[in-house]
Amino acid sequence: MALSSIKNLQRERQAFLARAVVGTVFCLLGTALLIVRLFDLQILQNEYFQTRANENRMRVMPVAPVRGLIYDRHGALLAQNKPAFVLEVIPEQVEDMPGLLKRLTGVVQLTDQDIGRFKERVRKTPRYRPVPLRNNLTMEELARYEVDRHAFRGVDVSAGLTRNYPLGVSGAHIVGYVGGITESELKEAAENTYEGLSLIGKTGVEKSSEDTLRGESGAKIIEANAYGRPLRELDYRRGYPGRNLYLSIDAKVQLVAEQALGELDGAVVALDPRSGEIIALVSKPGFDPHLFIEGIDYKTYSVLSNDPKRPLFNRALQGTYPPGSTVKPAMAIAGLEYGVVTPDDGVYCRGEISLPGSSRKYRCWKRSGHGFQDMVGGVMRSCDVYFYELAIKLGIDRMHDSMTRLGLGHKTGVDLPLEKSGLFPSREWKLKRRKEQWYPGETLNVGIGQGYTSVTPLQLAQMTARIAMRGKGFKPHVVYATQDAITRQVTPVPPVPLDPIELKDNRNWQRVIDAMIGVAHGVGGTAARIGRDSPYQIAAKTGTAQVAAMRQDEKKARSLESTPLHLRDHALFVAFAPADDPKIAVAVIAEHAGHGGSIAAPIARQVMDMYLLGEVRYNAGAAAPAAAVATPEPDADGHVHEVEVED
Amino acid sequence: MADLLESWHVDLWLLLLLSAVAGLGMFVIYSASGHSIPAVVNQAERFVLGLFVMTVVAQAPPEFYRMVAPWLYGLTVLLLLLVAAIGDHAMGAQRWLDLGFIRFQPSELMKLAMPMTLAAFLHHRRLPPRPLTLLAALVILGAPTMLIMVQPDLGTSMLVVAAGGFALFFAGLQWRWILGALAAVGAAAPLLWERLHDYQQKRILTLLDPESDPLGAGYHITQSKIAIGSGGLFGKGWLEGTQAKLEFLPEAHTDFIFAVFAEELGLITVLVLLTIYLCIVGRCLWIAVRAQDSFQRLLAASLGMTFFIYVFINIGMVIGLLPVVGVPLPLFSFGGTSMVSLLAGFGMLMSIHTHRKLLAN
Repeated sequence: MALSSIKNLQRERQAFLARAVVGTVFCLLGTALLIVRLFDLQILQNEYFQTRANENRMRVMPVAPVRGLIYDRHGALLAQNKPAFVLEVIPEQVEDMPGLLKRLTGVVQLTDQDIGRFKERVRKTPRYRPVPLRNNLTMEELARYEVDRHAFRGVDVSAGLTRNYPLGVSGAHIVGYVGGITESELKEAAENTYEGLSLIGKTGVEKSSEDTLRGESGAKIIEANAYGRPLRELDYRRGYPGRNLYLSIDAKVQLVAEQALGELDGAVVALDPRSGEIIALVSKPGFDPHLFIEGIDYKTYSVLSNDPKRPLFNRALQGTYPPGSTVKPAMAIAGLEYGVVTPDDGVYCRGEISLPGSSRKYRCWKRSGHGFQDMVGGVMRSCDVYFYELAIKLGIDRMHDSMTRLGLGHKTGVDLPLEKSGLFPSREWKLKRRKEQWYPGETLNVGIGQGYTSVTPLQLAQMTARIAMRGKGFKPHVVYATQDAITRQVTPVPPVPLDPIELKDNRNWQRVIDAMIGVAHGVGGTAARIGRDSPYQIAAKTGTAQVAAMRQDEKKARSLESTPLHLRDHALFVAFAPADDPKIAVAVIAEHAGHGGSIAAPIARQVMDMYLLGEVRYNAGAAAPAAAVATPEPDADGHVHEVEVED
Repeated sequence: MADLLESWHVDLWLLLLLSAVAGLGMFVIYSASGHSIPAVVNQAERFVLGLFVMTVVAQAPPEFYRMVAPWLYGLTVLLLLLVAAIGDHAMGAQRWLDLGFIRFQPSELMKLAMPMTLAAFLHHRRLPPRPLTLLAALVILGAPTMLIMVQPDLGTSMLVVAAGGFALFFAGLQWRWILGALAAVGAAAPLLWERLHDYQQKRILTLLDPESDPLGAGYHITQSKIAIGSGGLFGKGWLEGTQAKLEFLPEAHTDFIFAVFAEELGLITVLVLLTIYLCIVGRCLWIAVRAQDSFQRLLAASLGMTFFIYVFINIGMVIGLLPVVGVPLPLFSFGGTSMVSLLAGFGMLMSIHTHRKLLAN
């Protein structure tokens, strides 16, 4: 019994030993399994997991670059960055939010909209992050807050930069404005371009020079915990501020042009013909660019965009108008170039003309007729019959070619957005677009700047500049230098010369210019009122563009006052000065304002005065009596008036 | 020194190894708790308390534990029933019993009571166990396991099953039964799956593909893998781990402390820790082999293997091999009850080892 029990115990011990070995192997295998897995994670996949760990903890916080400033040609600020103070609240530090908001209303102005937007942001933001409550605190609000700031736990003021336009409405159409970046703009931009930025150029130079002005975002690499709370800065990557821009605009001339246009709608463009630099560019009515920076509200925007006068529309390069008689100098050049007329060839103006085999009458603006007119007289007095004859001799195709060479009917390539091309018609164009053949009568209308012809004020200024330069030309532009914001080094933007127009006889330039001088200074010139007291010589051409065609049977022209405003003629005027050494070329269009000579010319004169003399010498009151004495004189072109108002 | 320890019935090897684990653990707790001295002191106090309990337990001879085993078992089952009736809720599970002066988990006690009871039950029986013995043993094993499982506490019930199962295994349970049982578990798995709570099912599913839900159920595993993997061979340095410090890793100083350890100290040190653990298990098995009767053998071996399973489950879940169950890394993780009950178990191992009768052979 004892023996068997011992034997039994021994067998049990043997069995146990075997199991202990199995247990040991089990443990070793289990440990080996763990080690294999650990080896895989820590050695084989180490790099991958290191990246993942860094991605976890590192946050790239973009640092927005400072946007470049915009100056005029003399260094006057046109766009600057202004500190904007934002009232922020850190929700986690506030015990009684409704109470806090109530107390804050006594310190800063808070609208229901502010509070609603704030509450929504609070819901979406981690509680330790500041949430903006009010943008653009006034200095007074800031001062009130600072006095009591200890009473507002969890409230802070942060300073950022916003855009400001010292010229306001006056510069809005050139400088443009910035506004909040939209989704689609962000999608179009190269990746990371707008890191940390919330504003983008929307119009004007702000848009066309966006890439220059923007600068390069920097970045702070910070360590953040699992809840995104930043803990410390690990690295800093410098950004670079945007470049400053010098515009060729002369702010003083710009203001004079704007004031000279007064209450009229229209545009003024002044160029330096020697370089294509734009000295002034006005489009009226204008708008306040500051409205757009903080995000315009729907109501204000719809008022602006539904205004029938279209204040957001830049007439200087988007507005297309019939040029009227302002094309006549260019027509004269074409006539001389193609040899269809000589300077001394004359036409007898009986007040109207008909095409052979047609009863339709094409009238001169002067019903009684100009009598015998040579080229100089035709330009000076704006004789329509002279140019009807010239147009017949030239034909539409040659007209198209030479006008197009002078810049009409196609984009000038100015460094501003949304330029329109306008149209100078041709046989080919009409067949293609209108599916119609060209009628000879249309040639006559085009010859006096009517019909299908439509051009922008910028194109007119460009055309005038090229005549002034005897065929040489430059691409119009506003940005004339850029400046590194840190090194202050200025890099000029060189003017882009255009292929010069070589005439077979280059004296023909001077012949036409002489005629244009006659417009301002000659007896019976249509712009004599601005030439009389001018200290410098002006070469010019007036124009009055018909908005509503006059019916054939209409014997009497409507008087200005009896015509509804939107059907009244546009007053146009182009000029350059000094005539022998051109420094400025101007195009003016005043919508529905009547006659070029009386309305548009004085505007151009003031602009030229300011640029050439540094002050406006032109005195409308002084010039008027002299004009009043003069006989009722040349006037609007291509349109007949019973009472011939001096133009 | 050794003599002194021997007279106190303390095993020097086990004491050194256990202290090494706990000491290492305290360094990592300091880092993982965000440099909290109180946490380390707290853990040290618990370890000292555990050592005290261990020493006290080691004083009584193994026969004493064989005698009290059924009583302890009965008492623990009663406590488990009490938990089911009036237990405290914490984190969605009913595990705690508040006795007024102390709050503890009776399931923790069952980890000791189970191997003791089965070892005592099998002590006089013919081994390998016959079917009737086996059936009785399964009832002893099954009843409290069910009670723990419904709390629900999957981790502890698995450990209790492991403890009892190893007792049977070392008792020489025939391989056909073992394989049969494994097959049965396999077959019952779909049924068991149905019984699991949503969050338990989710844990198992996310184990298979943690990235499928990186911010939800898979977050633990993903972040812990990132921590371990980014540690590399030598680690980022003590106190330099980013995953825990920046709070990406949840439960960094308790159940997931191994991830912090591996991130900061690297694979080399991980291998050292695994070696220490293996040495502890080895020492337990050695004690079992040298033990003088069935009860002692079965108890010692079962406690040692359960300790290994403990380690394996925790590390396995932290490195993404096993589903996330609430099992701390033994002696290493910050936390109370398991430290004391584990050391009490080692007290019994020491009792077994130091009360051997020299006249045996």
